[in-house]
Amino acid sequence: MLNERIICAGFGGQGVMLMGQLISYAGMLEGKEVSWLPSYGPEMRGGTANCSVMVSDRPIGSPVITDDATVAMVLNLPSLDKFENDVVPGGKLLINSSLIEKKATRTDITAYYIPANEIAVELGNPRVANMVMLGAFLELTKTVEVSSVLSALKKTFGESKLHLMPVNEEAMKRGAAAVK
Amino acid sequence: MAKVLMKGNEAIGAAAIKAGCKYFFGYPITPQNELPEYMSKEMPKVGGVFLQAESEVAAINMVYGAAGCGARVMTSSSSPGIALKQEGITYIAGAELPCVIVNIVRGGPGLGGIQPAQSDYNQVTRGGGNGDYKLLVYAPANLQEMVDLMQEAFDAADYYRNPVMMVGDGMIGQMMEPIEFREMPSRFELPAKDWATTGTKGARKPNVINSLFLAPQQLEDHNIRLQAKYDAMKANEARFEAYNMENAEVVIVAYGTTSRIVRNAIIDLKEQGINVGLIRPITLWPFPDKAFDLVPETCKSLLSVEMSMGQMVDDIKIASNGRWPVHFYGRSGGMIPTPEGVMNKVKEMVGGAK
Amino acid sequence: MAIVAQKSKGLTDKETHYCPGCTHGIIHKLVAEVLEELDVLGETIGVAPVGCSVLAYDYFNCDMHEASHGRAPAVATGIKRVMPDKVVFTYQGDGDLASIGTAEIVHVAHRGEKITTIFVNNAIYGMTGGQMAPTTLIGQRATTAPLGRTVEHSGMPLRVSEMLATITGAVFVERVSVDTPANIRKAKKAIKEAFQCQLEGKGFSIVEVLSTCPTNWGMTPIDSLKWLQDNLIPYYPLGNFRKPGEVK
Repeated sequence: MLNERIICAGFGGQGVMLMGQLISYAGMLEGKEVSWLPSYGPEMRGGTANCSVMVSDRPIGSPVITDDATVAMVLNLPSLDKFENDVVPGGKLLINSSLIEKKATRTDITAYYIPANEIAVELGNPRVANMVMLGAFLELTKTVEVSSVLSALKKTFGESKLHLMPVNEEAMKRGAAAVK
Repeated sequence: MAKVLMKGNEAIGAAAIKAGCKYFFGYPITPQNELPEYMSKEMPKVGGVFLQAESEVAAINMVYGAAGCGARVMTSSSSPGIALKQEGITYIAGAELPCVIVNIVRGGPGLGGIQPAQSDYNQVTRGGGNGDYKLLVYAPANLQEMVDLMQEAFDAADYYRNPVMMVGDGMIGQMMEPIEFREMPSRFELPAKDWATTGTKGARKPNVINSLFLAPQQLEDHNIRLQAKYDAMKANEARFEAYNMENAEVVIVAYGTTSRIVRNAIIDLKEQGINVGLIRPITLWPFPDKAFDLVPETCKSLLSVEMSMGQMVDDIKIASNGRWPVHFYGRSGGMIPTPEGVMNKVKEMVGGAK
Repeated sequence: MAIVAQKSKGLTDKETHYCPGCTHGIIHKLVAEVLEELDVLGETIGVAPVGCSVLAYDYFNCDMHEASHGRAPAVATGIKRVMPDKVVFTYQGDGDLASIGTAEIVHVAHRGEKITTIFVNNAIYGMTGGQMAPTTLIGQRATTAPLGRTVEHSGMPLRVSEMLATITGAVFVERVSVDTPANIRKAKKAIKEAFQCQLEGKGFSIVEVLSTCPTNWGMTPIDSLKWLQDNLIPYYPLGNFRKPGEVK
């Protein structure tokens, strides 16, 4: 039974909220039960942002993740420190190795190191690091289809940003390749 | 219409505008800020008015003024802000005006916290304001239900000429969930608002919006009339959902987001051979007393699960009238009950795992 | 026989509850006459306060709201925003406006809300029995200042018109008195100008009317008028503080 509980975390501006929204949106398009919940209040004023995403076959109970994330994607060091212990044993931890030199300390989870910012810079758009991470996530978990995420992205972008689709799609491919 | 993914606070705003709300008066407070922000953006597009008041007190009094003119009007806030609005709410109830008040509940008492809570149960069902008055209080469990109930909330407010409160919590306000904006046929035949203060044009006697009755007999008559209205609301507006009641050993009572967590716990308990039912009040006032007639003979006890310290237990006791012992499990302060926590409590009640 | 004077159509036939010698009656009459003369009675919604004039909704012959204590400007804002073409006024005393309702009056002016406020200042709480108001003078006795108000304890009396005149959105601010026939005529002129400002959509307008309270001042009506002249007017000077056009 599908029941993914996903944390996306990083600096404000890294696009972690969007990553989570795209997973939820794609899940909705596939008829799955989804929810997205941002951190809010003073903690988001400090410059770090995170959101909790649920994708499930059954109705979502609490949209809050306490210490039972099946996957955590961390894009900066404070997020690794904060969320490493919230992943369930056997869960996955995706680390943006471009900005995080530290390694995961736990041995009961699988850590993946993705140089998301370097790949994004190679692609000529440093802002798509989040999509590199998302590509890796989709490759590893198959929570939703890549095509659904692309449909969601298209809707989110609207007309004015459609020209950004190719680089975002490429970023997801490169992220997937990084964990193959 | 296709499903859309929308933040709760914004979905509330969209649903209100769809229900014909044209006026919004509010004041910033976490975790409901996206609602006034959304209204400031969207109201002008429909020829409506958004105004940020100088305080919650002023905002609810602007609602009072606008409602007196017959407008469909709304305000929103979160727990401490709702406490400030109580003065205006009792005046609106006393003057018998319709409006919708959204309360995205956060933890208390005092400044409390900003994380989700249900600790306004007493504030919204007992009323923090003075006098014998009641609000019709809806507590939807997900965004779809919140959106679906909005039309009814405005219609019921107009029909009963009474303030209606829509209660969510930080989770409902902040989360995104798929929503479909559906056409909701009105259950009410709404009379013309001939009491509204729109100027006499010299063609009728002045209309007066008022809650002052200095003569004791007049005020008692007013209260008796109000009470008859509340009795009608009790008879017609109590709403609930019953789930998995058949052969239940324990029936849990939970509302709002808490009921979602409980539902997952019930599924897991069933797999472990423990049958647990759920009564989910959709209206907190009137409390759905009749739901307890559905509790099966197999049931040995009731359990209130809340994000508060047992505020709903009294209502469960009144409604169940001594037929079953009532237990309590809750978290507070923004801590969210887990399915495991609920399951452990149930197991403790039924004497361990089977 | 020709009619030379009659009650304004702006007032109902209801007998008022005001004490003998109280100047509320005069002020009601002036507001009613102005509304009638401007031919806007049928387009007017008034807001009554909490205080002595709480029952004003029974006396003005137009649609009325009764507000909670101090909140009349907020209620009026709600009304005006729903019906921008109507004439909306609040009628408030000094406890209501200058004490519990300071936030509301400041912000209705701050927003330049196109309403008119009639502010009746008699330097005391009348309805509740003569307690000290923010406008009570130094040395003036009140039931909560039995030895007379002191600066040390309660500060200096609040000059509301001067304060509101500092706010850009308040386009018409004038203090008047109803102690003499001449002053009553000036008061009516100011009230009319204030409503005209509203009709022309210029912004917030307020007329502060110095008034008496023979009952709680413990004086005859005649002595009250004299006390107003000797004490209130020196501290609360009459005159215009702001007219449209002066707003920068």
